[in-house]
Order: sequence, then structure tokens, then C-alpha cells
Amino acid sequence: MKKLLVVLLIGVVFASCQNGKQKSADSSSKNVTIAAAGATFPMPYYNMVIKNYIKEKGVLVTYGGIGSGGGIKSLKDKVVDFGATDAYLSDEKMAAMPSEIVHIPTCLGAVVIAYNLPGVEGLKLTDELLEGIFMGEITKWNDSKITANNAGLNLPDQAITFVHRSDGSGTTYIFSDYMSKISSKWADKVGKGKSLQWPVGIGAKGNPGVAGTIKSTEGSIGYIGSEYAFAQKIPVALLKNAAGNYIEPSIESISAAAQGAMPADTRVMLTNSNDANAYPISGFTWLILYKDQAYNGRSKAQALGTLEFLDWLISADAQAVAPKVNYAPLPEKAVTQAKTILRSVTYNGEALLK
Amino acid sequence: MKSDTITKYVLLFSSFIILLVSGGMIFSLLGDAVPVFEKFGWRFITSTDWNPTEGRESYGALPFIVGTLSTSILALLICLPMAFSTSLFIAEYFKKSAFSSIISSMVDLLAGVPSIVYGLWGFYTLRPFIVSLGLDPQGYGIFTSGLILAIMIIPYATSLSSEIIAMVPNELKEAAYALGATRMEVIFNVILPGARSGIIASFILAFGRALGETMAVTMLIGNANIIPTGLFSTGNSMASVIANQFGEADGLKMSALIAIGLLLFVITGVVNFVGKFIIKKLS
Repeated sequence: MKKLLVVLLIGVVFASCQNGKQKSADSSSKNVTIAAAGATFPMPYYNMVIKNYIKEKGVLVTYGGIGSGGGIKSLKDKVVDFGATDAYLSDEKMAAMPSEIVHIPTCLGAVVIAYNLPGVEGLKLTDELLEGIFMGEITKWNDSKITANNAGLNLPDQAITFVHRSDGSGTTYIFSDYMSKISSKWADKVGKGKSLQWPVGIGAKGNPGVAGTIKSTEGSIGYIGSEYAFAQKIPVALLKNAAGNYIEPSIESISAAAQGAMPADTRVMLTNSNDANAYPISGFTWLILYKDQAYNGRSKAQALGTLEFLDWLISADAQAVAPKVNYAPLPEKAVTQAKTILRSVTYNGEALLK
Repeated sequence: MKSDTITKYVLLFSSFIILLVSGGMIFSLLGDAVPVFEKFGWRFITSTDWNPTEGRESYGALPFIVGTLSTSILALLICLPMAFSTSLFIAEYFKKSAFSSIISSMVDLLAGVPSIVYGLWGFYTLRPFIVSLGLDPQGYGIFTSGLILAIMIIPYATSLSSEIIAMVPNELKEAAYALGATRMEVIFNVILPGARSGIIASFILAFGRALGETMAVTMLIGNANIIPTGLFSTGNSMASVIANQFGEADGLKMSALIAIGLLLFVITGVVNFVGKFIIKKLS
């Protein structure tokens, strides 16, 4: 009996060694598989381009939509090749990572204010109304403040239910960044962050969860990544931007938000843009990776495979897919900057992309 | 080695694993919960302030403790009469009839339905029904979650109690009938005293399931991190806040979530202990 056990044990150990060997042999050949995880906000876009990449290049890329914070954590734990986030890392957060990381913007998206009021289309909201509704000061849809701004709309005598995220989220970060800019009361009492202490409302998990809850709750209003509202045909509000124009979220109005100056590391928030045609709650979404790719015993082929995919992601081919799922492609300037950043990524000090 | 010795080692090994797993769980929960207790002390349990915003971090678990206890107790209150009468129906009043065997297999079926299915049904059917009754304009909150929990735990309690009621010796019941007792008298004077501890144990198990239920509750409770102000107020439960927020959590927030897990562990432990104590007193 004991002999049998020993034989079995040796067998298991041997088998696992074999497995390990096979893996390393694989990664030194062209057959790399790339793993990534993070934000759900750009996930519809990533899913589409990854499918195209697998078809075109035969390189397997997997993306897990676990939220921006999850993406950062996964990269920190070194369990993914790159992470994805809708909120760029602050200087302190960057310092807390095991080594230097870089941000690569991939597309632009909008956070839309979606609502569920049967028969009401084209709701117009101002900064004061957003503050009132989301701080819980305006509680009825037929409040005189809302009706005064929406002549011609038949707003019901119904309670307003604010639906927010129950989990931490980059979408929440973009939304609260905007709210903090337009309302000093919000900035004081709530502030900005990936998860907040909400003054009112009910929580739902993930962008799909909020979209589903709004869709099935009459009288509700909430913020979601634009694609989730458009795909489910949930009406979205027009917002008054900094220039005073009511703007609908669209590819053009999102792109307009990105016309301003941009720092070299691309870490910039685009909310409340001064551009006359800009949709005010727009933002970049980023992929993050380590500046030196030689860590955790990763092979050079793995590092190169990762960079090639990212370089392709900001190429015209992949960017052309973005509008199909209601994201705006990167402006020329951002693509150039992202390319420069990608070419600064090294493997043991040696640049990988030429 | 003899087969007897092998059996002994296998048994010892699996029992040891149980000890190792539960011990390890308590150890890691305790270890990771330390930072938040160091920072906030007892305030972590008594404070209602849950603010995860960077720079304003403050964690108090009271809203979730109240949310978990209120939904579970509500569920238990609804479950008690329902499960008790159904189990009497199956195991005593209509014993061996075709109808009761249909009911009993339906109960077993319901006990096996995954909680996410109850959640979906609650979200798309029960909640709109509560709205159309005019009880609440949105239908999220303590009442809806308590109701869905009750529906989930009734099959549990029913299935177990009916087994136990059926186990009361026939001789006892027949003796009571022979003395001229009515059916009600037999139930309250013969069956209940005999099956009491088992029935209570089945309700404690059901209560334990309600305490830890996550998915169905998170879909219906509203996930608002406040102390519920009434039956139809929104709130949040301990299991639900952990499931919602662990993905993004790190540092102090992670520690706070783990501490909530520890509290849930302790509450479940206390409920089981109290249950065992009552059973001991009664038998």
C-alpha cells in the first residue's frame, strides 16, 4: 500500500514537471496567450476588437470585465499581462505599484444619464437639476424646477429613484468627477471616487445591473456607460455643457471633448470640457502595463505579443470598430502619444517595438 | 495494511481536513480584520457611517448588521406558520394521499432551486407585483427581500420538519386517539412534544440559510448603505455588501469587508449555539 502511494506521488510530481516544461516551451514559440482584466465600461469595445484580433493574428487574448479596481489589483498581483481602468492612477497609486507603469488610452466613452419615464424623450438637464436630483433635493418628476426646464414634456407626478452602482467602478469615478466640478455641494458632501457614500438611491452591480434596474423601474434615473444605454434602447438625457449648449451623447460630441491639451503620459480627465459641442461626461479609458516587461519570469515573446496587441489596438484598423459600439476613436494626437509611450516600454532595458 | 486500518486513516484524514479548513478560515478572517478594528475599535460595529471615498474613509457595519438581521427575522416570521402547517399537512393530516406526495415532492424541488433563480423571479415578478399592490412605489427594500427569503427557506424548514413529524411513533398517536383525543389534541399533546427539538432545529437551519443568502437579497434590497427606517425602506445586508464591493477593495476597505465576513461568521455561530441550547433545554 505504502509503495503504491509513493509510486503515485512520484507520478504526480513527474506529471506536473512535464506540464511546466510544456508551458515554457509554448511561450518561447509564437503561441502566446495574453490575459487582461479590468473595467466593464469599455468591455463591449474590447470584446469586439479582441474577436477580430484572434481571427486575424491567431493570438489568443482574454479579457475579464471585473471592474477598474479589479484590473489595477490584478496588474499589481501580476496575474494579467495588462489591466484596464477608466480612472487613471494617481501619483500615490502609481508609487504603490511594484514597479513603474504606463497608461495607454484606447478609446473615448461617455457616461450617460439614462432614465425610465414612458413617453418622455429628450429630457434636458442642467447642472442645478443634476445636483438637485442626485443629492435627493428634487424628489418628484413633476417638480417645478424640472418642468420649467422641459416645457412640452409631460412629466408625471412620480417619485424619482436614483440608481447608482453598488460596486466600485471607473464609471462612478468619471460621473463623480463631473459632479464635483459642477456642484460645490456635491464636492463637499460626496466627493469623487470609485465608490461613494450616496446621499440617496438604490444600488445595482455593474453597468449591466444598473441598466437592467433602470429599464425595469419606472421613474428611475441613473448613470451608465453609453453603450449599455444604447444597446438596451434606454432614453438618455441631454446635458447642458460648460458652453451652455444642450448636448446629446454621440460619437461627435464625445470626440469634441478630447480636443484640448493633453499631458505626455495621457493622464487627463475630460469631464466638463469647454468645447462648445462637447458632451460633458466624456472620458478616456486606459490600459495599464509595466514599463519594464521582464518580471515574474515572463518570456520576451510574451512581452512582445502583449505590446504588438496594444499597438494594433490603437491602429486605424481597431479604432474604426469603436463607433460601431458607440465609443469615439482616439484623436490623432492621442494615438501619436500612445505610440510613443508603447515604444518606451522595455524588456530588461531593451526597447521591444521599433 | 488491513482494510480496517485504512478505513480508520481515511476517516481521520477527512475529519482532520474539516478542522483544518474551519480553523484556517477563522485564522485568516481574524488576521485580515485586525486593521479595521485597530483603526475604528468598537465603532466599526456601532457606527452607521460607511464611506469608502478616498480621503474620507470611515467604516461602520451597523447598517448591514441591521439589514441582515431584519430581513432574516422577517423571513423566519413568515416562514414559521407556513412551513409548520405545510409539514403537518404532509406528514400528519393527509399522510399517504396522492396530493400530499405531490406537495412533498414540490417542496423538495423548491429546496433545490438555486438562489439566483429566486432572485430573478423576485426581480421580474414579485417586485412588480408589490408595486402594483401599491405597497411601495419601487418595490425594493427590506419587505421584498424578507419575502423572497421566506419563500426560499420555507421548503427547507418544511422538508425537514415533515420528516421529523413523520418519525413520531404511531403507537403514541394511536394511544391518544384511543383515549378519545381529537386531531388537534394529538398534534399539540403528542406530536409537538415529541418532535419539538427537531422542528426547532429545522427552523434554525432555515434561519442560517437566510442569514447568509446573497444573490437574491442583493437583487431586491436596494443596496443602499443606510439603516432601514421601516418595512419598505431600502437597506443592505452583510453578505450583499461583501459580494458587491470586494472586487474593487484594497487596504482598509478590504479589511472592513473581511471584518463584516467575520461578524457574519460570529452571528451564524451564535444562532447555532442558541439553537442547540434551546434544543437541549427542551429535550
